Amino acid sequence: MSRVLIAGGGLNGTALAIALRQGGLEPVLIDPVPAPDRGAPFDGRSYALAHANVRMLRALGVWDALEDGAQPILRIVVADGRPGTGARGPVLTFDHAEIAEGPMGWMVEDRRLRPALSDAAEGIEAHASPVAEQSEGPSGVAVTLGDGTRLEGAALVGADGRASGVAGRAGIAHAVTEYGQWSLTCALSTERDHEGTAWQVFYPEGPLAVLPLTERRVGVVWTQSAAEGRRIDALPDEAYLQALHPVIGDYLGAFALTGARGAFPLVRSVARDLARGRTALLGDAAHAVHPVAGQGLNAGLKDAATLAEVMTDARRRGQDPGAPDVLAAYARWRRFDAASLAVATDGFARLFSNDDPLLGGFRRAGLGLVAKVPALRRAFIREAAGLTGDLPRLLRGRPL
Amino acid sequence: MADAARATDTIDPGEVEKFQAMADEWWDPQGKFKPLHMMNPVRLSYVTEQIAAQHGRDLKSDRPFDGLRILDIGCGGGLLSEPMARLGADVVGADAAERNIPVARIHAEASGLDIDYRHTTAEALAEAGERFDAILNMEVVEHVADPQGYLRACHDLMRPGAVMCTSTLNRNPKSFAFGIVGAEWVMRWLPKGTHEWRKFITPDELFAMLREAGLEPVDRTGFVFDFVRWSWSTSDRDLSVNYVTAAVRRA
Repeated sequence: MSRVLIAGGGLNGTALAIALRQGGLEPVLIDPVPAPDRGAPFDGRSYALAHANVRMLRALGVWDALEDGAQPILRIVVADGRPGTGARGPVLTFDHAEIAEGPMGWMVEDRRLRPALSDAAEGIEAHASPVAEQSEGPSGVAVTLGDGTRLEGAALVGADGRASGVAGRAGIAHAVTEYGQWSLTCALSTERDHEGTAWQVFYPEGPLAVLPLTERRVGVVWTQSAAEGRRIDALPDEAYLQALHPVIGDYLGAFALTGARGAFPLVRSVARDLARGRTALLGDAAHAVHPVAGQGLNAGLKDAATLAEVMTDARRRGQDPGAPDVLAAYARWRRFDAASLAVATDGFARLFSNDDPLLGGFRRAGLGLVAKVPALRRAFIREAAGLTGDLPRLLRGRPL
Repeated sequence: MADAARATDTIDPGEVEKFQAMADEWWDPQGKFKPLHMMNPVRLSYVTEQIAAQHGRDLKSDRPFDGLRILDIGCGGGLLSEPMARLGADVVGADAAERNIPVARIHAEASGLDIDYRHTTAEALAEAGERFDAILNMEVVEHVADPQGYLRACHDLMRPGAVMCTSTLNRNPKSFAFGIVGAEWVMRWLPKGTHEWRKFITPDELFAMLREAGLEPVDRTGFVFDFVRWSWSTSDRDLSVNYVTAAVRRA
């Protein structure tokens, strides 16, 4: 049996389905998130896709539809910030010209990414009703949907988000860390061009990311203490922009809101197991991280690339693609990577979001060192581009 | 056909439960046969690639081994036979240990696979005139009394153009340390006394024996355990402990 049941067809679940079909398996999407219509107006949501993940989308035949509307990230500037004064030195610049592969990543709008994935998934069996019950036998899984439909497969994949029902029914718990912080998100149209530069400014209250979009626009992720985040979120647009202005500074000239504002509390949630028996978890269902570097989607796509490779290879050597030891190989491969990402992102954020003068001196020394040593700088660039570690084939740009 | 093969064609219903328990044991990745399960992906990758290359099959296609007749010698619970059947091959699983046969049959049936499991030996099958397009000869040769005679029987079982994958353990101080002291005494992956180091065969000796049996060796590859990733992988250079070879019968 080569059917794979995927609960929750968001971006990651849909990418997994496309990859599994490329690998010769039969994915079934359960309760997919409806994609917006092609040509829908910008709603403010965008993603920073690392270079390696763009390779994956290219290998899956999705990138052609996205390339024109995507903004390459040519430079990442990291700086320390003080309230009221904006970014201040030392400033560290990472330029894509220092590595051979190309831009560190591309900014892609949600309204473009969802329809592109949805188009690429055309023809894949999909059911609109969510999973109500799931069970597992020695040779496969069975689920019953809310509308009474019964489906069988070799494995069940929970791509159903942070509050994963698949994980809950499989008895997989999550370790949850509350940060006491909120992230405010918005998009701005700006007077001056960003020149393909992504800014990451570390304030004591939390980091600010300003990410380049096409047509002289930027995406903003502004992290605050919970109390301050709630207060700013409640402000009308004009007051909100007034609060944002000193944080961003003047490098973009005047700016105005475009699309909707967003606000959400920062909670890290990591599943105790990425696989149990014939059930595997992926994306936010497996690990939702501090979105300081927009790594949530990148990690989820990496999950999808890894799981699709492990299952495809198992099938090609005659193994049952949903067998527990096959899914355990996925969990082993991803666990190390996901744990180190969560710790690194957390540590990075804490180091930079702290007003402790000792830590401040330490990070300034660190930034100074990185600024002077090209090999260190290139290591950071390759890390940001997702080009490091033991990459599955799709992330190296090779089809399954 | 050998009488021994007939003797196990039917299963006493009273025995079924016992065999079911044994099948569960064979197929438990965390159980008694854990070392075999850990090695299975790399072993399967090797044999599927060799068979596909020899017979011009595309492993990306559906049922790439359709129409191929494959013999799995020392099939045990069917850890290699089932994947071959799933890839479309017509599989005969042979084991000299009689109790493995009903165990493998019960599991194949539960997996929805049709596999011809027989309690017999390579020599008996050759005598009965059986012929195959591929032979899986994995971790058997170090256990037989007369390796050269056994490989000759394997040759006789091969159609011209057939390929045989033979894996075994090298004989050197490192294979003694890893294959016996490590696997049997320290890790307890295998029961003590599973292997007799003197019976281990070097790759050169195996190549010579395969040639003597009338086969042409075409590949030798090491299986190495990666202690960081805790899994097996192949190596072109390191054949110092576990290794596998491929040999073809030209005519």
